[in-house]
Amino acid sequence: MASFVARSNLAQSEKAPSDATQPIVAISNLRVEFDTDDGPVVGVNDVSFAVRPGETLCVVGESGSGKSVTSLSLMRLVEFGGGRITSGRLNFARQNGATIDLAKADAATMRAIRGNEIGMIFQEPMTSLNPVFTVESQLIDGLMAHKRLNRAAARKRALELLEHVRIPEPERRLKQYPHELSGGMRQRVVIAMAMACEPRLLIADEPTTALDVTIQAEILALIGRLKHENGMAVLFITHDMAVVAQMADRVVVMYRGNIVEEGSVEEIFRAPREDYTRALLAAVPKLGEMRDKPGPEPMRILGAERKAAPSDAPPPRQAPPAKRRPLLEVSHLTTRFPVKGGVLRRTVARVHAVEDVSFTLLTGETMSLVGESGCGKSSCGRSILRLVEPESGKVWLDGADIRSLGAPDLRRARRDMQMIFQDPFASLNSYRRLSDQVAEPLQNFRLASRSEIEDRVATLFDRVELPRSFLRRYPHELSGGQRQRVAIARALAPQPKLIVADESVSALDVSVQAQVLNLLMELQADLGLSFLFISHDMAVVERVSHHIAVMYLGRIVEIGSRRAVFENPRHPYTQALLKAVPIADPSRRHFLDDSSYRPLSSPIFPLNHAPLPSTYEEVEPGHLVLVAA
Amino acid sequence: MKRFITPKGVVGFALIVVIAAVGIAAPLVIPADMATRMTMSLRLKPPGFEHLLGTDQLGRDLLYRVMLGAHTSLLIAGAAVAMSVAFGLPLGIVSGYMGGWTDTALMRLVDTLLSFPALLLALTISAMLGPNIPNTILAIGIAFTPFLARIIRGEALRVAQMPYVEAARAAGANHFWMIVRHVLPNVFPLVIVQATISLAFAILAEAGLSFLGLGTQPPQSSWGLMIQASRDYLDVAPWTALVPGAAVALSVLGLNMFGDVLRDVLDPRSR
Repeated sequence: MASFVARSNLAQSEKAPSDATQPIVAISNLRVEFDTDDGPVVGVNDVSFAVRPGETLCVVGESGSGKSVTSLSLMRLVEFGGGRITSGRLNFARQNGATIDLAKADAATMRAIRGNEIGMIFQEPMTSLNPVFTVESQLIDGLMAHKRLNRAAARKRALELLEHVRIPEPERRLKQYPHELSGGMRQRVVIAMAMACEPRLLIADEPTTALDVTIQAEILALIGRLKHENGMAVLFITHDMAVVAQMADRVVVMYRGNIVEEGSVEEIFRAPREDYTRALLAAVPKLGEMRDKPGPEPMRILGAERKAAPSDAPPPRQAPPAKRRPLLEVSHLTTRFPVKGGVLRRTVARVHAVEDVSFTLLTGETMSLVGESGCGKSSCGRSILRLVEPESGKVWLDGADIRSLGAPDLRRARRDMQMIFQDPFASLNSYRRLSDQVAEPLQNFRLASRSEIEDRVATLFDRVELPRSFLRRYPHELSGGQRQRVAIARALAPQPKLIVADESVSALDVSVQAQVLNLLMELQADLGLSFLFISHDMAVVERVSHHIAVMYLGRIVEIGSRRAVFENPRHPYTQALLKAVPIADPSRRHFLDDSSYRPLSSPIFPLNHAPLPSTYEEVEPGHLVLVAA
Repeated sequence: MKRFITPKGVVGFALIVVIAAVGIAAPLVIPADMATRMTMSLRLKPPGFEHLLGTDQLGRDLLYRVMLGAHTSLLIAGAAVAMSVAFGLPLGIVSGYMGGWTDTALMRLVDTLLSFPALLLALTISAMLGPNIPNTILAIGIAFTPFLARIIRGEALRVAQMPYVEAARAAGANHFWMIVRHVLPNVFPLVIVQATISLAFAILAEAGLSFLGLGTQPPQSSWGLMIQASRDYLDVAPWTALVPGAAVALSVLGLNMFGDVLRDVLDPRSR
């Protein structure tokens, strides 16, 4: 470990004088086209920027902005996706001092550069590792190919690398397969692979988007430390302004294949010059900005002030609290899934997905379930709707005991509780017209006659601010945000009292996310809906919720009003979660220690495991913290 | 409709129309004895002016025989595949969608059928019921059902786990509507592809049965029968195999091209 650091520092100091100002990579006037059946489509156009040694350049933009195309062009991987570099230069300063135009390099040169002089980290650590090879064999492949190390030397180096990215128990990890590692550890392995040949440039394409927030914080800190120790340049691609604020030295903002603005991170966040950048920044909720505010507030959308309601001046229309009464009461809800094993597919263990969860949701209010992946928040929402069958506990919706209902009654009860799903591309059937899909609940529940349905659906489209011309269209013709509006219209159709929104804005671009959230809040104010809002995004949750329940390993560890939980977090897990959230403000950087290793707790228990009931301490009225479980 | 007018769609459609027209018209237009009259002096003549596609080992004109064979072959293959879809589709969809015990029970049944080679199964059914065209259809149809059911079940299983199915459940859909509105349309592209491929195999399966004396009975003509009969003369008269072989190949090509385009047309994403 020590020797590795010393060596790389040495290498850095040798290089330092010559290329301190010389950029490692300079892209000028890059244009990439994709050939489609309808002729060439421009992926990026006239993109120019440079990355200098020891610098992190963040390329930020929403989906379709061309940020990934740019990074893939640099690796010349874009050609494998059907793209073509039609003009521009990609000047890269090689290890040997020569400068080469990557746009014109031949295949053999590119192979020598990829993974050797330019390392790359991809978004999805599960799919960028090959599941049938051990960590060791994947790590030593690149070393043997590029550095001409023999197997023993490569093994030694692989171990060094795992130590370098601070994976606990590195010797054991070498022999393991990717599926045996957690998401965070897998991404560390991917980073170790990218670092294996000490690249001069590291390209990180959304490296933390698929990770939980606490793990994201660790990985960001790791990338920052590696950059610092090895003096390499980092090209960081992300859609997340908060990550940009934490990582970047300089920022390039892209929109629809073009560069909108470039500048230092301070310039971009303090004084953005372009409207697009300003709108993008405005739409990002910042954790902590709701401090001392009594209720949820609409998201800021620049250029939307012309519309009546959503500015900060008038307080949101809400039913006076006095009129609120409990709508949904959940008590001691427990859901377990069997783990099948052996030849006979017997149940060998159980996943305790939801464990002794109790809460009450009032009419016209939003309760948020927050937590990291696998904490049981989605299972909890689905258990309430009985889309999965809970094992025990009670669920009352407006006085009806949901769990005791038989199939026909349950179907009727679902009229009052609807769901909005995460992925607007998967939650609509691509073979049916949008109007038919929104009409479906009306037909199923016989809520409208054949002639009325058309009117009702059109009204619903107005309600979610979709043009009526979309009625006859199919899902693929719409953008993600528009599709999510269709999904919302479908959920509204049977006039439910409760809507469970399961990560409903997570798949959307930040500006679209803001619009959809505002729509949901407007609907709540107008129709008195209650939302059970399931999310991993603390900043969004802070914006929209009245009450918050933090979940960990199937249990609610802390529950209370939004202000109580955010301003006075008492459970160590809530505190850790809040601390890990990156904030879209470069002056509020905080790096965690990237080696903070949490033993991965598992919600899988043997069949005879009898968990203790959750016991809570009431730290202030309505603010409960789990004390024992 | 516009999407049909692609080179692939037009060629595929034209091929099917021509072959089907021949299949329907040939028995009405061609005098029966033209294709069955044996003329030993004209045995194994290569294609020429007198006999455009040559003659077979019994001196019969191959053009007439291949045209008449279209009727039998396409009728049997088409009806058998339609039957296997009619059985396999509901079986596969119900199995994949319902899951649990329904799935286990139905799939064990299908596995039992699968454990016999398809041709052996068809052979047994055909031998039990006697050799005629309806029984051949029945035999091939039953023999092909398990393959279709298995493949459709897998797709239905995938579709049943899609969020839009769960969304429909939350929207109060019952099982029937769920299958009709959500599962069936999403499984259908696979059915089309699988059915067009099955047609080729069905034509060959008919040939196999005919060869064993359980399918089409000579002197009636079918492509399969013709291919089987050409077996002994491949070295001296390759056209005896090539002519019916080309007929099978062209039909399958036409069906596949048409099937591809049909699948694209049904998919709203490609519009």
